[in-house]
Amino acid sequence: MTNTDWPLWEVFVRSRRGLSHTHAGSLHAPDAEFALRNARDLYTRRGEGVSIWVVPSSAITASSPDEKDPFFEPAADKPYRHPTFYEIPEGVKHL
Amino acid sequence: MTVDLTTNAAALALGDDALVLSHRLGEWAGHAPVLEEEVALANIALDLLGQARVLLSMAGDEDELAYLREERAFRNLQLVEQPNGDFAHTIARQLYFSTHQHLLYARLAAGDGPFAGLAAKAVKEVAYHRDHAERWTLRLGDGTEVSRRRMQSAVDALWRFTGELFQPVDGLDVDPAALEATWLESVTDVLRRATLTVPEGRRTGAWRAGAGRQGLHTESFGRMLAEMQHLHRSHPGASW
Repeated sequence: MTNTDWPLWEVFVRSRRGLSHTHAGSLHAPDAEFALRNARDLYTRRGEGVSIWVVPSSAITASSPDEKDPFFEPAADKPYRHPTFYEIPEGVKHL
Repeated sequence: MTVDLTTNAAALALGDDALVLSHRLGEWAGHAPVLEEEVALANIALDLLGQARVLLSMAGDEDELAYLREERAFRNLQLVEQPNGDFAHTIARQLYFSTHQHLLYARLAAGDGPFAGLAAKAVKEVAYHRDHAERWTLRLGDGTEVSRRRMQSAVDALWRFTGELFQPVDGLDVDPAALEATWLESVTDVLRRATLTVPEGRRTGAWRAGAGRQGLHTESFGRMLAEMQHLHRSHPGASW
């Protein structure tokens, strides 16, 4: 198996209507059309999806592990950010 | 061999096409240029194997038919038994065959013969095989200097096996000859778009290869069968 210059693609699959596309994995493909087809072969052969998106991995901007603290550890002393004070009236089912 | 080979000649012919091509494509496992393409070829092989199982079961016992027949009893086209060669050869073989199979199955699905049910299900799979082969032909033909040269050489080398696609098949409610004009138009269109030259070699008469439907096969087929049948013949009745 030789290494190729095919770019990497990220695959997002919508498992059924009404749900959003979810990241399923990644793959190599020479272009977008083949990325879609490879995604179909790799991720939806057993009826897992109704729609596929492929995105060049290079187009994704990701947060850096170095920025973990400023990004993901907000001050815990601002309790108003966490809506835990509300009493849920009885009989309300869909909150 | 308890199966009467004349009872369902059409099921055997179509079933053997699917079985043999499936095995050839399976030979790519572990050898394909990239993992993604290996999975794609294996998926096509599995689709074909599923079709073969249904078709051979119509003609008799599927295992007996697949594993215990001699070379001369196989009724597949010589096209599908051709060795994988390089990737371009595999794609050219698939382009020629899948275009034909797609047209044939669409016609069978529209009828009410014994193959209508299978064809209606399989035609969607085959449409994908055809799409896969067409896209690769376009990319290889209109690709680099090397890919273009290899694709042209594959398209030329297999051309002589395509006349056989349109020979009549006993027991089939569609005359394959009726598909030839559409097939030629479609393949010509793909090759032109791929900037390839449509082969000029003869597909009929003395130049035409192909008597696979009559049980005559090419040299490499015996070796393929030996590999395919070896395990079952060594351990009759073995199961997982």
